[in-house]
Amino acid sequence: MQPILDIQHIGKRYNIAHQSGSYLSMRERISQLFTREKTTKEEFWALKDVSFSVMPGESIGIIGRNGAGKSTLLKILSKITPPTTGKIISRGRIASLLEVGTGFHTELSGRENIFFNGSLLGMKHAEIKNKFDEIVDFSGVEKFLDTPLKHYSSGMQLRLAFAVAAFLEPEILIIDEVLAVGDAEFQKKCMGKMEDVSKSGRTILFVSHHMAAVRKLCSKAILLKNGQVDAYGNTEEISDYYLRQGLSSQTEKNFTQEEQKGESIILKRAAVYAKGQTPHDPIKTSDEVVFEFDFTNTLHNQNIDLTIDLFDQTGVHVSHFGMVCSEDEKLPNGIYRTTGVFPGHILNTNRYNISVMFGLNQSQVLVKENEILSFDIVDDIANRGKNFARFPGIIHPVCKWKTTHL
Amino acid sequence: MKPDPIVYEIRATRNRLFNLKELWLYRELFYFFTWRDIKVKYKQTVLGFLWAILQPLLMMLIFTLFFARALNIQNLAIPYPVFVFSGLIIWNFFSSALTNASNSMVNNAPIIKKIYFPRLIIPVSSLLGALFDFIMAFILFVIILLYYQTAPGIHALYYWPLALLVTAIASLGLGSWLSALNVKYRDFRYVIPFLVQVLFFVTPVIYPTSVIDHEWIQYLIALSPMYAAIELFRIPLLDTLPNYTFISISISTGIIFLFIGLIYFRRTEDFFADLA
Repeated sequence: MQPILDIQHIGKRYNIAHQSGSYLSMRERISQLFTREKTTKEEFWALKDVSFSVMPGESIGIIGRNGAGKSTLLKILSKITPPTTGKIISRGRIASLLEVGTGFHTELSGRENIFFNGSLLGMKHAEIKNKFDEIVDFSGVEKFLDTPLKHYSSGMQLRLAFAVAAFLEPEILIIDEVLAVGDAEFQKKCMGKMEDVSKSGRTILFVSHHMAAVRKLCSKAILLKNGQVDAYGNTEEISDYYLRQGLSSQTEKNFTQEEQKGESIILKRAAVYAKGQTPHDPIKTSDEVVFEFDFTNTLHNQNIDLTIDLFDQTGVHVSHFGMVCSEDEKLPNGIYRTTGVFPGHILNTNRYNISVMFGLNQSQVLVKENEILSFDIVDDIANRGKNFARFPGIIHPVCKWKTTHL
Repeated sequence: MKPDPIVYEIRATRNRLFNLKELWLYRELFYFFTWRDIKVKYKQTVLGFLWAILQPLLMMLIFTLFFARALNIQNLAIPYPVFVFSGLIIWNFFSSALTNASNSMVNNAPIIKKIYFPRLIIPVSSLLGALFDFIMAFILFVIILLYYQTAPGIHALYYWPLALLVTAIASLGLGSWLSALNVKYRDFRYVIPFLVQVLFFVTPVIYPTSVIDHEWIQYLIALSPMYAAIELFRIPLLDTLPNYTFISISISTGIIFLFIGLIYFRRTEDFFADLA
């Protein structure tokens, strides 16, 4: 069988003009004519030699960090911008959803927007007419069909937009992070619809930051890194590999001789990891989190205490916890390793950083290091039902549920 | 499985001038863009479609009351109001088509960045939107003709459509060129109103060509792509033969602009999403 999409050595170059903004001003062009001075231009390859092929019916997740080239690849696939090098052979109609509700106009009514948006997405007038009732049903806005869109809530606009898109029937569907918005109930509906689409044998390319959604929807995944294909294969493996790359978090820190802090307590190493794993593995919400500190104690038989302050990436002080040595277990001098285990199923998906403080008799600070480690807690899929977005909130404990007949 | 699957390529350069087959495939979008523009334009206004006729009507009154005397126009075969209105409706078609088309790409940038379709649909649709206003104004024109009891000759049946075609060519050529330039250099946003204003006075809209006494100025004025449209439109009313040399010059200018405009548009089209 021939691949439905054949992407061959695609490259995309942008020239970044350092003086002007994204578009040129004529004054610059004219002044360039008279002066030798040229605006410095820098070439930037958003994509470089990207090749892969997609078989009919496959659903492929495209993952990667911001700036990895995901959006550029989607734009090229959707013909919005041409590639600088290479070519793509497509053996089916492509419809792309880089945004829900493209072309929605707030002055037009819901009904009018369905027609305009639908035709922009490539549906024929007759096709929209046939599916009109289904679209309206799916969106759940039938009462407001003839109300101008400006009176819709943002949730209603979104539902209407997705409803139109959901009834597209191309051979290849390209979707960009549309799930990142909307309420939980609506997301469930969308995910259900997208599962249906992928089961119906159509080819899907799906770009998302939500690993949980990619895992659920896609059988294969492509990891882009700096505009190149870093890995291509089974979704589970690729998403693990992606998460394992540790993002930019610092889960382990060794202090060299010069960097060592403190006099009476000398900090040598700090690490955070999921229990039973290494600092190089992703920490999941269900994991117990181990904090580990190696240090030299130069004081003899003293009450040493250790305190950790845990912050999330927005600076919320999540927790303050620590260890106290009591009167009768004073610490002799020597080299020690202290580990603390933070229970699992508490921290929600987020990036965290910790500060550590060693104290004497709980009254004197011996050494204090701010933001010594940072780490990410990543999602694991258990018990989410059909909700694939990040759960809001700071903590995410597991709740035990029971329903009894009364 | 479909028997004949669509196979196509996406690559760096697509050489063809315009993919007419593709434009045909997307033909419904012409309608939808035009329809949207018209709907949106009149949705919030109390007077709605009346605006399309009020504007030329008021302009006619102003020119009749003030300019007709100042310009000392005499010896017209038809009443001056009819004369000036016949020029104004065709001019308004041109100026709104040109202005709308020129700004259309920038105004639709959010769509251009997210969805592919042949970009030419956008400026063409703004032209069709202006045509709608023309039709509204034309109804009023017929009423004015009846009021002044001025009957156009039977050759209006082909001169008027011809005048419309010339206007469409002129506005599409300049419009597509300016719309592409506008994406690249936002300076053109400020150039367009000025350009329209200048063209208005160098085109014989509110005065007959007979008021120009130097021959070389007549040649110069004939360079305006709208010269031919206005003159052709008035042939059935004035019943005098126009100067076909000047009309040919004007039509040629229009066609040259159409080519320049379309070629420039096609050459920059692929990169609109990157620039907008």
